[in-house]
Amino acid sequence: MDIPYTSKPRPDTGLYNAKVGIWLFLASEVMLFGALFSSYILLRIGADKWPSGLLNIPIGTFNTAVLITSSVTVVMAWASLKMNNFPKFKLYMGITILCALAFLGIKSIEYKDKFTHYQVWLKDGTTQTGHIEGNPYFLNHNKLDARKLDHIMFRSDGGHVVAAAEHGGNAKGGHAAAVKIERKDIQRLSAYVPAHSTYFAIYFTLTALHALHVVGGSLVLAFFWGPGSKMWKTDPERFTNRIEVGGLFWHFVDLVWIFLFPVLYLL
Amino acid sequence: MSLKALHIVFITSSILLALFFGGWSVNHYFHGGTPVDLLFAGGSFLSAFVMMAYTRVILRKLKDISYL
Repeated sequence: MDIPYTSKPRPDTGLYNAKVGIWLFLASEVMLFGALFSSYILLRIGADKWPSGLLNIPIGTFNTAVLITSSVTVVMAWASLKMNNFPKFKLYMGITILCALAFLGIKSIEYKDKFTHYQVWLKDGTTQTGHIEGNPYFLNHNKLDARKLDHIMFRSDGGHVVAAAEHGGNAKGGHAAAVKIERKDIQRLSAYVPAHSTYFAIYFTLTALHALHVVGGSLVLAFFWGPGSKMWKTDPERFTNRIEVGGLFWHFVDLVWIFLFPVLYLL
Repeated sequence: MSLKALHIVFITSSILLALFFGGWSVNHYFHGGTPVDLLFAGGSFLSAFVMMAYTRVILRKLKDISYL
């Protein structure tokens, strides 16, 4: 038995079923991300101080360009099928998948940088941001105790060289030399992870959920590019519709990023 | 709404983002920024212009495809 309305429009909706399905799904996604954006706004307006300048704008900009390019190529892939040009579809869809992988690769580099970037709150009331020698991941004051570490070698960021110098460091070209900070002087130590602050909690929630959508979308598009493309020979109209549905999801994911980028990186 | 219609919405949003980012970069430059900000501003305005031109091309290319 054939599944009805996979390629021809249903008379009552005027659309093939998969298109109705994807729009219902996207409506639920709008509610999911809408709730998270609302949470972001409420957290931000309720905060005494909201951090800025903690994210790498050039990297974020480059990733935005990568996603915009992928949206263009996914439409080109769909248009190629509409014009019965299968080799061009393979080319454009291949570029789309590469863009998705590039986005995830760049995002993981950005995450790695955050996981090895630290803020230390000292008992004298001062605070410093920077890197710990050896670039350990996810270290905090509890782990220092668990590992019986009595000090850390801390390299302050450029903006905090004065504070570093006060602790015996030498400022050189915007970066302080590593200084020894005793455990007994540390009130709190945290990497730029969700536990660091409300800012990073909502940053990681939003961007990680978005990255999961990129992973899911790229897996589906990769299936259409690879084994799923066999359908082009048996049912080209249905295959073209599948690409359109995949492209609609991909555009939604990219549109979320178009809002995330200014909200998290610029404002 | 077809992929064509959503693509137009997406590109319009991208153009608005590029214009906003260009303005943000210029503002940042005049408030203690570096010449790199001007580079970003130029790149953003250029991207907005390129995307506007692209919109004309893609609308012509997809003229036979429905918005529904």
